[in-house]
Amino acid sequence: MQALYAQLLVGLINGSFYALLSLGLAVIFGMLNIINFAHGALYMMGAFTAYFLLNLFGIGYWWALLIAPIVVGIFGMILERTMLQWLAGLDHLYGLLLTFGIALIVQGVFQNYFGSSGLPYAIPDELKGGMNLGFMFLPIYRGWVVVFSLVVCLATWFLIEKTRLGAYLRAATENPTLVRAFGINVPRMITLTYGLGVGLAALAGVLSAPINQVRPLMGADLIIVVFAVVVIGGMGSIMGSIITGFALGVIEGLTKYFYPEASNTVVFVLMVLVLLIKPTGLTGRAA
Amino acid sequence: MKQQLSALLLGTALSFAAASGALAQDKTIKIGVLTDNSGLYSDLGGAGSTLAAQMAVEDSGLAAKGWKIDIISADHQNKPDIGTSMARQWIDVEKVDIFMDVLNSGVALAVNNVVKEKNAIMINTGAASSDLTNAQCSPNTIHWVYDTYMLANSTGQALVKAGGDTWYFLTADYAFGHALERDTAAVVTKSGGKVIGAVRHPLNTADFSSFLLQAQASKAKIIGMANAGGDTTNTIKQAAEFGIVAGGQKLAGLLLFITDVNSLGLKVAQGLNFTETFYWDLNDGTRAFSKRFSEKMKNKAMPSMVQAGVYSGLVHYFKALEAMGGNPHDGAKVVAKMKEMPTDDPLFGKGTIRVDGRKLHPAYLFEVKKPEESKGPWDYYKLIGTTPGDQAFRPLSESACPLVKK
Repeated sequence: MQALYAQLLVGLINGSFYALLSLGLAVIFGMLNIINFAHGALYMMGAFTAYFLLNLFGIGYWWALLIAPIVVGIFGMILERTMLQWLAGLDHLYGLLLTFGIALIVQGVFQNYFGSSGLPYAIPDELKGGMNLGFMFLPIYRGWVVVFSLVVCLATWFLIEKTRLGAYLRAATENPTLVRAFGINVPRMITLTYGLGVGLAALAGVLSAPINQVRPLMGADLIIVVFAVVVIGGMGSIMGSIITGFALGVIEGLTKYFYPEASNTVVFVLMVLVLLIKPTGLTGRAA
Repeated sequence: MKQQLSALLLGTALSFAAASGALAQDKTIKIGVLTDNSGLYSDLGGAGSTLAAQMAVEDSGLAAKGWKIDIISADHQNKPDIGTSMARQWIDVEKVDIFMDVLNSGVALAVNNVVKEKNAIMINTGAASSDLTNAQCSPNTIHWVYDTYMLANSTGQALVKAGGDTWYFLTADYAFGHALERDTAAVVTKSGGKVIGAVRHPLNTADFSSFLLQAQASKAKIIGMANAGGDTTNTIKQAAEFGIVAGGQKLAGLLLFITDVNSLGLKVAQGLNFTETFYWDLNDGTRAFSKRFSEKMKNKAMPSMVQAGVYSGLVHYFKALEAMGGNPHDGAKVVAKMKEMPTDDPLFGKGTIRVDGRKLHPAYLFEVKKPEESKGPWDYYKLIGTTPGDQAFRPLSESACPLVKK
């Protein structure tokens, strides 16, 4: 029984990464209608930015949490301005192919220069060590990841669903022409939204750098699972992707305990089931 | 029509050329480096293996003696189906004589069959499964660098002797992991230890915390990592986080490469024990080669034992062909010649190739240095034990290889 509690908690930790990443994807899809396959590569860039900040400039983890999302976010906005914006209104497939190509190029460039084994990034001193919870030894850093990503997820949800800015944004997706008529700069808003989604990916990258090796392919391994999470949660649903992210982390964690061989398939089995029963995803609205 | 005709003429001309070439002593060689060029194992093989092959060709001086040697390389993406179809295409269309590297046991065992069926050669320097020279042995394959039996024998025995008598395995869920777990478990039991349990994780897992918690709960003294590459480095890094080593359990890296240690950093990797058959800082010969190699590598990496094996294997292959006076393009015949001749090169020293295709050379037990002991980049290992070649690998008396006459 104790072991079960431990697995639940570990699942929640992994779920935080799924939630952060799928949230970014959901924001981008919901607001821009782009299936952002470059998300994994941008997540990897976040982790690499943290590594560079530390090793080239001596800037530590805490600043990296702020700077890396901004740097990678700007990179994302440049991508949006120079390439993605021309695909607006076209079939989803074009955006998917473009971002997938970008992901392959970015990963290839990083792998060419840094190899595949990855680079070390240590846990910040303030978050070293762990607590004995009775049923398991919880590394403080992992606890921090859960709390921090939960806060970020809820803040993003609040920003989009409850504020005036968020209302503009949602209106702009519904009917860009009308919103423009009110004097709001819609293209700029879309660029900033893409930057926000990309920033969330980079933030997840920084969070994962001390746990996983900083590797060029770290995002490629994760992105497919995260897409499954988004599909299960319902494409474009903000709260749906947050809840599904955490829930699937837990389910995957339990699978690792009861039948480890299936742990990297379970998410896809669930995806198939959900698509068969409710094709719009658990919280999705019909298009 | 005209195009078809000219293509036909060209084809005929070429086949005549090939036929006449075979009559005179044929001095062409085509080497295929089949490896992981883009995935988790690409640092220990990949472009470095191709570089090692190029260096072997340059150092052989065969070009000056009228030989024509080509090297091609391809990415098998760690998928046996891609590996086999690539192997067929290479042999049938590209006329590849010899396959080098072929890391990943799943791919290697699949390619092994193709190479045997089509009478080509494989010098395997990358795959670990000892099955390549046991039940699956072939007259066309030489297993050059290391195998699971040797790793288990050297590391496993040393750790049990040092008091680590209860084991729990974290195993990569494919041919290699299973073979490594099986061979190590056998050594542990034979040396008086006990295996408490094992958990199988999918290849290329990012998060090991679930598996590590299970290993922790088992209370085994030794957690044996029957995995490789990125899986091993993530396990080690996360084990430190979960206080596994601090809690008195010891991690055993059953297969660790220098690129893994470099990627982890000494702070995390220090104190780990494991076995390799090559280290760049062993002697003058290895140092000279490694320095040249590293200068040509994009990230200035030192060679892994897999890459060093590609060089060493080709050196011996060239010697055999020179002794034969030309390339007969007959895999089994060349391999038989290679088995007759003793091996000698600056990287692995003197050795032999056994009838089952197993190359014999010493196995070294290393310990990773503490950060303060290291004098600079890539200065990572302390040598703590050496097993001579004839004792390091599975004895022929235990072999299930049909080539071994009993």
